[in-house]
Order: sequence, then C-alpha cells, then structure tokens
Amino acid sequence: MSLFSKKNKEVFTAPLGKNNPVTVQVLGICSALAVTAQLKPAIVMGLSVTIIVALSNLVISLLRNTIPNRVRIIIQLVVVAALVTIVSEVLKAFAYDVSVQLSVYIGLIITNCILMGRLEAFAMSNGPWESLLDGLGNGLGYAKILVIVAFLRELFGSGCLFGYRVIPQWCYDHGYLDNGLMLMPPMALIIVGCIIWWQRAHNKDLQEQ
Amino acid sequence: MGLKQFNYNLRRFVNQIKPNVMEGGKFHAFRSLFEGFETFLFVPNETSKAGGVNIHDSFDSKRLMILVVIALVPAMLFGMYNIGYQNMALGASMGVAAKYTGFWATFAYGLLAYLPNFILAYVTGLAIEFTVAQWKGEEIHEGFLVTGFIIPLIIPITTPWWIVILATAFAVIFAKEIFGGTGMNIFNVALITRAFIFFAYPSVISGDSVWVLDHTIFGLGCNLPDGATCATPLGEAAVTGATAFDWNMVWGFIPGSVGETSIIAIALGALLLIGTGISSWKTTLSIFAGGALMAFIFNKTGDTQNAVAMMPWYQHLVLGGFAFGAVFMATDPVTSARTETGKWIYGFLIGVVAIIIRVANPGYPEGMMLAILLMNLFAPLIDYCVYQTNISRRAKRIAKK
Repeated sequence: MSLFSKKNKEVFTAPLGKNNPVTVQVLGICSALAVTAQLKPAIVMGLSVTIIVALSNLVISLLRNTIPNRVRIIIQLVVVAALVTIVSEVLKAFAYDVSVQLSVYIGLIITNCILMGRLEAFAMSNGPWESLLDGLGNGLGYAKILVIVAFLRELFGSGCLFGYRVIPQWCYDHGYLDNGLMLMPPMALIIVGCIIWWQRAHNKDLQEQ
Repeated sequence: MGLKQFNYNLRRFVNQIKPNVMEGGKFHAFRSLFEGFETFLFVPNETSKAGGVNIHDSFDSKRLMILVVIALVPAMLFGMYNIGYQNMALGASMGVAAKYTGFWATFAYGLLAYLPNFILAYVTGLAIEFTVAQWKGEEIHEGFLVTGFIIPLIIPITTPWWIVILATAFAVIFAKEIFGGTGMNIFNVALITRAFIFFAYPSVISGDSVWVLDHTIFGLGCNLPDGATCATPLGEAAVTGATAFDWNMVWGFIPGSVGETSIIAIALGALLLIGTGISSWKTTLSIFAGGALMAFIFNKTGDTQNAVAMMPWYQHLVLGGFAFGAVFMATDPVTSARTETGKWIYGFLIGVVAIIIRVANPGYPEGMMLAILLMNLFAPLIDYCVYQTNISRRAKRIAKK
C-alpha cells in the first residue's frame, strides 16, 4: 500500500473537516475555551497538541502488539505524560512568556480527551504511519478551531492580532469599544457553537434526522 | 366614516392583498410580515382542528402582549420626563441653565433622547424575527412586542446606538431564536440584552457618568461641562456610602436606567398586570418578601462598615431595578416557574439573591438582573421538584388507603 493512498489521505483530512475533533466529536472543549483569548497562545497550544498526539499515536502504534490489554490505559498515559513533559520543558526554555500565559493548560494536555480518544480508537488498531497521519490530522483539526476562535476573540475583544493593534485609533475616537465579553470563556463557547452551527448547516452528513 | 365602517374597509383591504403575499403570490417574500400585521389588527378566526382538545380563546398572546405594553407605558412616560429632569437638575446644580424650561420642554427633551433607542431596539429585533419566520416558513412570533418595549427601559439613556443594536441582535439570536423562538427561551430576552451590555461594555452601563445625558437635543436641555457625573443612589452607596431615604426615590426623580426609577409608575403597571391576571401576584409579592427579609437580615447582622448592608430594607426595595424587575421581568410567563407553589419559591429566591449580590459583591451594585437570570435557570428545576413532591404525596395517600 502506498504511503499516500486514498485511504491515508482520508485519515489525515477527515479530522480537519467532517470529523473535526472539536466541532464534530466535541472533544478538547475545555482548553479551546481557556487558551483562545489571544492568537499566540492558541497557536502554541494547537502546535503542542499536534506534536503530542502525532508522536504518542506513533509510539503507541509501534507498541500496540506488545501492550497487555489490561494495562493499556496506564501505558498510554505514561507515553503521553512523557511527551507532555518534554513539550512543557521545551516551551519553558525557548518561549517562556507563552508558557507562563498557557500556565497549567500545557500540563493538562494529558487530560485532553482528543489524546486518549485517538490512542484508544485509532493507534491501538492501526499501523504506525496511519497513526502518525491520524495524529497530525486531529492535532491540526484542533489547532484550526483554536485559531479561528482566538482570531475572533482577540480581534473583537482587544482590537489586536498577535498583540498588534489592528482596529485603528480613529474607531475608538468615534465611540467604538472593545467587547469585554469576548475575553471571557462563555463567548468562546458561543463562538465554538456558531462554528458547529455553520458546519452542520453546510454539511448534510452531519445533520441529525 | 364611523369606526365600524373603517373596520369593515380595513378588513376588506387586508383580504384584497392577502392572495398576493401567500405562497405562490407575487410578494410571497412578505408573507410573514403580512401575517404578523393581520393577526395584530384582527383576532384570528381559526378554530381548533377536529380531534384537538384545546379551545382557542380570542384573548390570544398578541392581545396579552399588548396589555403588557400598556402596563409599561406609565414607566416609559415617566422615564422620558426624568431624562429631561435629570439633565436640567444636574445643569442647574452646576450653574448651567437650559434655554427652555417647564414641563413640556423637559418631557420633549426626554422623548427625543429616548426615541432613537426605542426605534433601534424594535427595528433590530423585528427584522431578525421577521427574517427567521420567513426563512423557516412560520408565523412571526409576537414575543418581541414586549421585549422591544422593555429593552430601552432597562438601559441607561446614554447607551451608544450601535451597542443597542448589537445587544438586541445578540439577545434575540442567542437567547431566543436558537432555543426555538417565542415561548421556548430559558432566559428573559430583554435581560440578556442588558446582561450582554453589562459584560461586554461595562463602561457604558456602570459608573457615575452614564446616567445623565450631557448635551442638548435640538436646543432643548442643557450642555453640561465635561466631567459632569451623577451616580445612582445604589452606585453611590457602594462607593461613598448610602444617602438617607428620600421620597424622590419612590416618585422616581433619581438617576438610573430609564424605566426603573419611579415606583409609582411601576405600581400602576403592576395594578394592570395583576388585575387582569396576566402576571402572577405570587411571584411579585414573594420577590418583595424575599428582598425585604434578606435586606432586614443584613440590617441586623451585616458588617456595619458596609453601607449597602446597612441601607434600610425598604430603601433596598425602591432603589435600582428591584421593583421593575419584580413586576415586569421576573413575571415573564415563559421564563418564570409555572407551578403555583413554584412561583412562591422562585420569587422569594430572586429577592434574596438580588439583595445578596448587592451587599456581598461591591463590583455589582445592582443585583436584580443577575438574580432573575439565575432563577430563570432554576425555574424548571423548581417546577420539577414541586411536581415530584405532589406525585409522591399522592402516592403515599393511596398507599395509606
């Protein structure tokens, strides 16, 4: 089977669209609300999760035939915890301010449902290459939603993108105000809800009868 | 032309244009608009389908809503007058005189200041309602008739126009249409409008500088110097200490959101609503009871340094949005508890929670909005408990026999 067969492509692209972990499977919502007040931490969070899902999927997939069924959750957790620790240490060393902003949420990637979900549902029963693709796809699908939410929240919540002011001073002089609700988690939930709404409205397969 | 003749002609005119806007007609895009006005003008003469067990009362929800609107009119008229009165009173205290004075100039100033908010709230909300109704092929829901009337009454008169539009649109879409339209909403839509402004743009709805307009309108009123501020009595109590009780707090000559200041005007509305049986006296009474009791407890046991806790209980009930909320917002039949016992519990807890928020949280000098929204959330649970208690009591009674 070729590396980029139709099936493998599907494994990678489905989580970006029709089977998105956040908007369709509704996993990883907690961190999607917590870290999306600004674009920069959202992107770092999205990339961290992508790397961790992809690598843990790969490792577990390689080990899948040797893992005794009764202790598989513990072994999955050990792998994920090791990767999360590495990512966390790297961030502290090279991007200290972002790691402070993300605070506990990097550590809490361990509890992100997307990770355990992919390991259980995919890596335990598929080859390493497919698992890696699946991990990348799901991580990027998660990152995509984070970026959309963070873009809207930072733009309307503080008038900035990546910390640079994009809404001109002229608007503020004429009575425009930043929307404080955008900086609060409830509004992130409403935005995620709107994305789900939009996606379902445009996708017949996702609509319930 | 007599009224009867006019009525007949109007009916004939409506019947003439009807085929054009129905499905397949030339202007079918305006079907929802037409139906909305037709049922507004004439009580629909449709009867229940065969096999149904319901009886249509000619007093349908459009007739009910219009009575609520009439009940709100005294508060609105007084609010308009008070807008002018506050502007000129603050001007006079700072040595600025208005060009025109007297009752009519004061009222006209308030009317001109109020009208844009009123129109914006209605146009925004109705535009969304009509669009959704047309899109889903349903009748338009009449619920916005009251919501649109309340929205400008519960916000400060200085609220920027675009915020009124944004907040109304947000509330109608996210608090109402998403849940399925009129009668399906969990939260009071008008209060969500206010809550949106409160959390998204706190600077336009709290503080000292938003309650009084500081400029003239078409030569009426007076231009106040920069930095002219006037706190609401509740805001003042939270920051600098409570002012003593004053009958103006009952009459309503105090700064505040447009419709909430006059207890007399609200009481007139309450008489109409309760007299016609539209709103439940149980809810309103228990809110006042809960508020009075909680404020009384704080009076006796609260921290003596906390001016809001030490404010006499009767003063708590006449200040801020307490009375307005108790009469017009909490009694909303859709979002309040529906069982009779539930209404007592629901109302009592609103009163208690409102006073607790006022006293315990200096960040929110007004607790009524949050209290009602919180209890809106609990209303179905209260009803559920009441039902279950009743069921188990009756089950026990049977078991005894």
